[in-house]
Amino acid sequence: MSLSIEQVMRVAGLARIELADDEAEATRAKLNSILQLIEQLQAVDTRGIEPMSHPQDVAQRLRDDVATECDARDAFQAIAPRTENGLYLVPKVIE
Amino acid sequence: MTTRDWEVVIGLEIHAQLNTASKIFSGASTAFGAEPNRQACAVDIALPGVLPVLNRGAVERAIRFGLALESQIAAKSVFARKNYFYPDLPKGYQISQFELPVVVGGRIAIQVGDGEQRYEKSINLTRAHLEEDAGKSLHEDFHGMSGIDLNRAGTPLLEIVSEPEMSSSAEAVAYARAMHALVRWIEICDGNMQEGSFRCDANVSVRRPGAPLGTRREIKNLNSFRFLQQAIDYEIQWQIETLEDGGRITQATVLFDPDNGETRVMRSKEDAHDYRYFPDPDLLPLVIDPAWVDQVRGAMPELPQAMRARFMRDFGLSAYDAATLTASREVALYFQDTIDAAAGQHAKLCANWVMGDLAARLNKAELEVGNSPVTPAQLAGLVLRIADNTVSNNIGKKVFDALWNGEGASADAIIDAQGLRQVTDSGAIEAIVDEVLTANEKSVAEFRAGKEKAFNALVGQIMKASRGKANPAIVNDILRRKLES
Amino acid sequence: MINASLTELRAALDTRKISSAELATLFLDRIERLQPALNAFITVDRERALDAARAADARIAAGTAGPLTGIPLAHKDVFCTQGLLTSCGSKMLSNFVSPYDAHVVSLLKAAGTVMLGKTNMDEFAMGSSNENSHYGPVRNPWDTGRIPGGSSGGSAAAVAARMVPMATGTDTGGSVRQPAALTGITGIKPTYGTVSRYGMVAYASSFDQAGAFGASAADCALLLGAMTGFDPRDSTSLERPAADYTQALQSGASATTPLAGLRIGVPEEFFADGLDDDVRTAVEAALAEYRKLGAQTVAVSLPNARLAIPAYYVLAPAEASSNLSRFDGVRYGHRADSYSDLDDLYRKSRSEGFGAEVQRRILIGTYVLSHGYYDAYYLQAQKLRRLIAEDFRRAFTQCDVIAGPTSPSTAWAIGAKSDDPVRMYLSDIYTIAVNLAGLPGLSHPCGFGNGHLPVGLQLIGDYFDEARLLATAHGYQQATDWHLRRPALAD
Repeated sequence: MSLSIEQVMRVAGLARIELADDEAEATRAKLNSILQLIEQLQAVDTRGIEPMSHPQDVAQRLRDDVATECDARDAFQAIAPRTENGLYLVPKVIE
Repeated sequence: MTTRDWEVVIGLEIHAQLNTASKIFSGASTAFGAEPNRQACAVDIALPGVLPVLNRGAVERAIRFGLALESQIAAKSVFARKNYFYPDLPKGYQISQFELPVVVGGRIAIQVGDGEQRYEKSINLTRAHLEEDAGKSLHEDFHGMSGIDLNRAGTPLLEIVSEPEMSSSAEAVAYARAMHALVRWIEICDGNMQEGSFRCDANVSVRRPGAPLGTRREIKNLNSFRFLQQAIDYEIQWQIETLEDGGRITQATVLFDPDNGETRVMRSKEDAHDYRYFPDPDLLPLVIDPAWVDQVRGAMPELPQAMRARFMRDFGLSAYDAATLTASREVALYFQDTIDAAAGQHAKLCANWVMGDLAARLNKAELEVGNSPVTPAQLAGLVLRIADNTVSNNIGKKVFDALWNGEGASADAIIDAQGLRQVTDSGAIEAIVDEVLTANEKSVAEFRAGKEKAFNALVGQIMKASRGKANPAIVNDILRRKLES
Repeated sequence: MINASLTELRAALDTRKISSAELATLFLDRIERLQPALNAFITVDRERALDAARAADARIAAGTAGPLTGIPLAHKDVFCTQGLLTSCGSKMLSNFVSPYDAHVVSLLKAAGTVMLGKTNMDEFAMGSSNENSHYGPVRNPWDTGRIPGGSSGGSAAAVAARMVPMATGTDTGGSVRQPAALTGITGIKPTYGTVSRYGMVAYASSFDQAGAFGASAADCALLLGAMTGFDPRDSTSLERPAADYTQALQSGASATTPLAGLRIGVPEEFFADGLDDDVRTAVEAALAEYRKLGAQTVAVSLPNARLAIPAYYVLAPAEASSNLSRFDGVRYGHRADSYSDLDDLYRKSRSEGFGAEVQRRILIGTYVLSHGYYDAYYLQAQKLRRLIAEDFRRAFTQCDVIAGPTSPSTAWAIGAKSDDPVRMYLSDIYTIAVNLAGLPGLSHPCGFGNGHLPVGLQLIGDYFDEARLLATAHGYQQATDWHLRRPALAD
């Protein structure tokens, strides 16, 4: 399996990574060498094996429904690139 | 609207905000209406390094919901990440459930239409899953930019997915109303649609009868029953016209614009086909112990279906009355309290008053039944006086008004204070009848000439003379006897 | 003082031979002197350190000092530190002054440690050489033309060069053990779930685990002990009884054969092709030493271990691609100066903010999760993950700990592998399987290879067997002096 330039660009679009045209080919080559490494997995017969998501087989712990957090907007927005009236500003959102 | 030769297929996805005190994965408050971003904690704004921990209250509400719809409560369910970029989604993914939701299957009964056309239908659920709400983009102009408020981010949602089993906007609205009543009934959601606590997405497609399912379009974020109806109607019409004009429907997510009544394709959903779901590694599987389910079951209120059946069985109410009374829990409880205060008697009369005069009065005053100035005990007192002929139904309305206006503590007190007790003494009534006959010789003559209408006019005069208090049946008897003698 | 063990530092502080402020100054001066050559630190905060040291001195005077009160340390820059730059080695966070402390940082603050600064690292902990840092590569104190390993290369180099007596790190695929090996110090990564991940900038959530660096197993035991403990803010943090790793170092066996009865599993797969001869020689000599100390070595097999790297390079990038989506230029971190619309803001901010390796892993992760490939890649890798964990489970029915090389080679020259990501990935061949299973692992120095470059031996334990790993390494270090060797530069 190897990626075409179109696939690389599509994946980059999904990931919101900008790839200049002159970088795309080099990126594609490196991604394909990684995919080649990954390809080894396909040779293994894993029928009947349960996928493993977590190292430990434990259940989610639940938190009591209590509001514990205090307002820290000023501290959080002190490090924000752009805010106004307590809102984070972004280029106009078109729904 | 024409749907001739076309079948409409509608499925609904409802997002119900769960009425927990804190968010689904953080300890921030969920209260509505705070200043922007003052209820968005480190987890909600997705600072680097923060982690989610699941709120027990949200899970408990999902269990309650599942029990109410006779769904399966999954012994093990899994939280997954739904990946997409959007400024109101601070992590770049929404924590939701994908392959293994917490609630599977179930059904709800809906009442569609009115009067003669009314029918009942059962709609099956596909699933309901827990997820987090997104923040809000505010579009008022900040120098050509949008403002992001993350107070809502992380509010727990139950996404309720129906099977595509509705075939008209009326059915879709009936389903949404039934679900709205239910989530409030079991007290998992405040149902406030204006504040966005209960939002509907509608999947709509059309097909020729017998043909495979058509391509669907999803109408997002309908936050009133009226918009739900209008949007679906527009969409059905648009799809039929497009197909009849030889066009094709492509799968899309659309928004409804209430200003022009039209739907339009959403631009921001370009990545919609590739959310890259995978199990959230920050959260472990949600395991629900059967003992917990039993405990929740034990604390469940009586559900609308059960209450309807009981009202029909124990009180002899019609299916229509029972359904109307159980359309909301508040009304049902009001009715129950009323009939309890009436010692379980005169159910039909109680029902009529609750559905009739009380409902009309509340509606006019824009009051919820829970805030009714007339208490169930007061209404029951009135019903008992009507039932035992102390007052007529018409005088009853007067007493009701007086109770509403706080003119007395009980029906009895008002009847006594205002002298409204019905006159049943035939001697007294006969005297009034005689007076009226003497004063209305013209009407008497007309009646005797065969004009039956004159009789009613005379009854009216007699009732007026008695200030409404004469027992109408006795008045009728005496009058007829006198006129025909 | 510079070369003293933590126990010796404790004694010196408690007997007022030196104050915490003096100790901090000593190390701060050394950092200042060695930083230009090693680039081990991203941030050094002398003022904050001296404030903390004076507070520690007050505690010592008041008699309320704990084992680590007044002892200097450095945190890997992946841990959020309130009011201090937390860059994660990335341009993306080069302006991120964290508004909160990571759980580990809070615990160590409460223990009275004196943080001198934040150490350099591969960007977002992605790398095996510490060349992927926005702040430039870290250099190996044993040979400044060489890499120190990664991704916790700054912490490892700092401890190896005695710029600081102890440091924290994180290990997602070997990022504590491998740099420990390549810089000749001891490093331990505990069982997944032992140390809270709260406040640790996430790379791959189901693998990330904080660990400890020190000159010896005894030093690591002290530091790790202060880092562990249940944290309700991390859903994967495990509720376990507190362990006293230092207490556990004192095994009951005799002084001449302190490791009698210990069964050490030696997986044949860890000694196959790809292992450099000088490393093999040093590791085999160390195994012989272990036998001398009373341990018994048994052959075990980890047949699926060879697939650890491909499985890891599906799962870790998948998690990373999602974990790093929050860096979008909206709420914190780098935001492009100019952009035409929202998507342009995202793309420019992320492309400018992330380095090449991070972008590559995001792309790989995005691809393997994308529609149509999920089952073939992600699910298949998760199944391999289980097979690998099963291999270990079987092996631990035959032995108490597993031993082998930490890294197939000693430190390589800066730039030697930077253009070939796959070659770089293969340098973690012995460490990654441990992260897939979530087991504890430790690396301790066991000799030198060609060019007098340190070689590390990896000990892998069963779940929650950190105490045994530390005791085993301690037994070895009581009988040997590899862990006392210091690079010439540092003197």
